[in-house]
Amino acid sequence: MGLFDFFKTRKPATAKLAKERLLIIVAQERSANSAPDYLPTLKRELLEVIRKYVNVDPDAVNVHVEREGDQEVLELSVTLPDK
Amino acid sequence: MSEIIVVTSGKGGVGKTTSSASLAVGFARRGKKTAVVDFDIGLRNLDLIMGCERRVVYDFVNVINGDCALKQALIRDKRFDNLSVLAASQTKDKDALTQEGVERVLNDLRQEFDIVLCDSPAGIERGAFYAMYFADRAVVVVNPEVSSVRDSDRVLGIMASKSKRAESGQAPIKEHLLLTRYSPERVERGEMMSVADVEEILGIKVIGVIPEAGEVLAASNSGVPVILDEASDAGQAYEDAIARLLGEERPMRFLEPKKKGFFQRLFGGS
Repeated sequence: MGLFDFFKTRKPATAKLAKERLLIIVAQERSANSAPDYLPTLKRELLEVIRKYVNVDPDAVNVHVEREGDQEVLELSVTLPDK
Repeated sequence: MSEIIVVTSGKGGVGKTTSSASLAVGFARRGKKTAVVDFDIGLRNLDLIMGCERRVVYDFVNVINGDCALKQALIRDKRFDNLSVLAASQTKDKDALTQEGVERVLNDLRQEFDIVLCDSPAGIERGAFYAMYFADRAVVVVNPEVSSVRDSDRVLGIMASKSKRAESGQAPIKEHLLLTRYSPERVERGEMMSVADVEEILGIKVIGVIPEAGEVLAASNSGVPVILDEASDAGQAYEDAIARLLGEERPMRFLEPKKKGFFQRLFGGS
């Protein structure tokens, strides 16, 4: 640091912030891109079927694929409305 | 064995063409018979960086359309006679590149050359897609900056799933990161992500780190790829990258801030 830098206001170190944000968004985008193409359609059709019987919110149905070793698990969860 | 290497990035302005030019010269200087192909149809620029812009007669699209023979379109470099450039077309026709056409030209180039370098355009459209589709190896050029890193990850994902190697179940494209416009001073001040940060985010090791340097602009200004400026840090860093791409071990250089003189320290500035 120079003698005159002493009088300058120090800029915050933003590189750390950049890295943290990237780690999150990159992980999120990777899992979205590796999901099978049929997932959105599957979710929509499931919602239609469930709605025939129970009135649920569009975001009440959660579908995602998880990889465990060389096995893929299709996970489905439906949140039913409060009675 | 000939090899197709794509130089790509997703984001524009990170140094793809600059890197393609220097890598092409570097391979040729090491005795590899090298062809470098500009895939940026409509925005030809590799010829300028290579310094052969006034010798372009036929281009990539002419060869695909059969307007001329491949030999007629290849521009022999004045400095290395084992190096040739295939210029991009200036056409505005978005459909000028066809998969069959690109494949045929690349296969013909494979017969003649040890290394076929494909200089990809920015983005993930047609030109960029065909530049990477047939590749055996990829050099992903990335700047230590958020949008460049994110785009690189997208491009890596596309190569892993949509390339010819991926589709035909062959071994995947071998991926390398080339970190450009690196400023050790700014990294030290915490203003810029470090080599280790970028490696951690993308999950791949870098094959080279090119420092941000004035010589790079001077090199493009004069049409002499910066790797030929052997006195410059950037030129030496590209030469190191070439050595590593050819399988040699080289320690990373230019990752530490330059030692400042007494007066520079006293008065600050970087």
